[in-house]
Amino acid sequence: MPWVVVMSGSAKPRRATGVPSSSSAIKVVSAFRVSPSPVVLCSGPEDFLADRAFTHLRTVLRAKDPDTMVVELDAADYVPGGLFDAVSPSLFGEYRLVRIENAEKCSDEFLEDVLAYLPHCADDVTIVIRHRSGVRGKRMLELVRSGDVPAIEVSCAELKSDKEKIDFAAEEFVRADRITTPAGIRALVNAFSSSVAELASACAQLIADTTGEITEQTVATYYGGRIEATAFAVADAAIAGNYALAMATLRHALDTGADPVPLVAAFASKLRLMAKVAGDRRSSNELASVVGGAPWQIDRARRDLSNWSERGLSNAILAVADADSGVKGASRDPVFAVEKMVTIVARFGIVAEHGHGASHR
Amino acid sequence: MSVWHDVVGQPEAVATLSDPTAMTHAWLITGPPGSGRSNAAYAFAASLLCDDNGCGTCPHCRQVAARTHPDLAYLATERVIISIDEVRALVQKAYFSPSVSTYRVIVIEDADRMAERTSNVLLKALEEPPERTVWILCAPSEADLLPTIRSRVRSVRLRVPSIDTVATLLTQRHGISHDDARQAARLAQSHIGMAQRLALSPEAALRRAETVDLITGVTGVHDAVMAAARLLDIATADANALTKERDELELGQARASVGLGPDDPVPANMRTFFKSLEEQQKRRATRSLRDGIDRILVDVMSVYRDVLIQQLVESSRDHGDALINLEHADGVRALAARRSPEQALAAIAAIEQARERIASNVAPVLALEAMLIQASRQ
Repeated sequence: MPWVVVMSGSAKPRRATGVPSSSSAIKVVSAFRVSPSPVVLCSGPEDFLADRAFTHLRTVLRAKDPDTMVVELDAADYVPGGLFDAVSPSLFGEYRLVRIENAEKCSDEFLEDVLAYLPHCADDVTIVIRHRSGVRGKRMLELVRSGDVPAIEVSCAELKSDKEKIDFAAEEFVRADRITTPAGIRALVNAFSSSVAELASACAQLIADTTGEITEQTVATYYGGRIEATAFAVADAAIAGNYALAMATLRHALDTGADPVPLVAAFASKLRLMAKVAGDRRSSNELASVVGGAPWQIDRARRDLSNWSERGLSNAILAVADADSGVKGASRDPVFAVEKMVTIVARFGIVAEHGHGASHR
Repeated sequence: MSVWHDVVGQPEAVATLSDPTAMTHAWLITGPPGSGRSNAAYAFAASLLCDDNGCGTCPHCRQVAARTHPDLAYLATERVIISIDEVRALVQKAYFSPSVSTYRVIVIEDADRMAERTSNVLLKALEEPPERTVWILCAPSEADLLPTIRSRVRSVRLRVPSIDTVATLLTQRHGISHDDARQAARLAQSHIGMAQRLALSPEAALRRAETVDLITGVTGVHDAVMAAARLLDIATADANALTKERDELELGQARASVGLGPDDPVPANMRTFFKSLEEQQKRRATRSLRDGIDRILVDVMSVYRDVLIQQLVESSRDHGDALINLEHADGVRALAARRSPEQALAAIAAIEQARERIASNVAPVLALEAMLIQASRQ
């Protein structure tokens, strides 16, 4: 019988599509637990997980029937009738796996066809619907999730928190029957925090290249010293006056692909908020609505301010403005411009005034 | 009524441009913003294309005024730069001979908005144009163009018209009382377009007043950052006021031209068209915001100029008339008392730096913050 698998992308696919979670009557599974079903909905923005689910499905189906035919359709660029071409029985009765990309941008023709097909899905076909986010194709999503159609949903949510990423990496090793230490996994997740695909391939490499327990030591051997730092981590360290940490984090950030321009912007936005909060005694909730920014950011800015002087703060903002013009072409070396800014900020803006004047010619 | 009638306060330039013995094939009209460069350029174009040296009433003159004359090509950009393709197309047109008039005239407003390689496209055409082609370039100053362009054109300088000239013009054109017109001309520092706006739009006048109040009130880093945010708001409001009306009008016309009512959905096959229109408007908005900030910085500069006058001219003398911001004389005086002339000069340098930075793409709010911090330094 045909099975539809929906691959959707957000962590809470039902909220993203405006359908309350209680309305879903179908099973929601993770990318590795997906089993062939006439309809599979992959919902959520994480393409890597959707790819995995699809690869997994194909492997399972090919194991059952080596002749399984794979058809790929693009819902955004859909030729009317294409879906029926793909799902109609073939001469030799092969099983068919139909992958439908871009359902979140689907054309009206596609919607019409898929809504006609879903209530009568064939039992020797699996259609995999990839829906990243948004409300486009709402009727299709509702029908798939109603339980009237033999469907399952794969949650392709973005892995946001460190805990989710740690769980993901741990599961990778568990499936490969490998023993790990918590510290080892944490080190690995720190080194590859921005992309799930990178994290997964790092796991795969460790699984393939090492034997025995995977510890912090193993991770350090393969990915030693790599930390993905955000612009805000650099700014936090510098504003707290931790020069060494700020410089090290800056280097990590630049080496793992951070661009100088957003780095400077992060400094500017933190210092700006500090200046706005300075000398204002209103409660953080009240201030939040006046200056823009969440109450916790206001509290944070207030704490940060304790080491700063008025003069220092103004010097720091001037240094950030210098750096911003530096990274946008006024300086030959954008990285040096950023380093100079970090140095001044990490000293709480206390600079030799004559030297400062020279930099503002 | 001669086409030169609208070129106010520029007798020398008009004399040069209308002197038939001084004719050449490439001209550069320079002058500060608001002095009427493009006005002068089109008046000159009309006088060349008209059979009667710019009578202002014949079909030729009227077609130039509507920019539809067959022998007139012009390039005016609403974006940040003029693109190389636009100039190439213009160069091609330069080689056609005139169809109805004695000359073919090509006007480039904002010739300073050409990148170097774009300017180079012009060199050959400027140096050896066909017999009957006349180029007219406009730019704020000669220094804005490459030396290779400068050496190929004859330069005509416009000067800043006097406050009285601008005020008289406003009174004639819009029937505003002479006192109001004088005030607007003074606050706009004789920028004709700005003066017109200040005189006709109460909101624009309010925005300017708020800018000046903000500047005179900044004392510390907290004030500076708050004021920078507010200045950016004012600039955005000012820019939006100018563009929004035009955007809506344009969109309405575009919809009408393809037969859509105001509320009809846009069919899929026309979406590209409307998207490109939207993008064009967005690009215009970028430039418009920059211009808005620049206008504000001109106002800010006028405050510090007044502060310097207040400080440097002996206090016993009556220099009330020398101030631009007469309406804010108290604030200016207080600021002048708090500051030394050196500090006021440093503030003017900081404003200059902020303008340069914004032109080179530094985040506007950051550039304004740095400017206000430096300006308020003790």
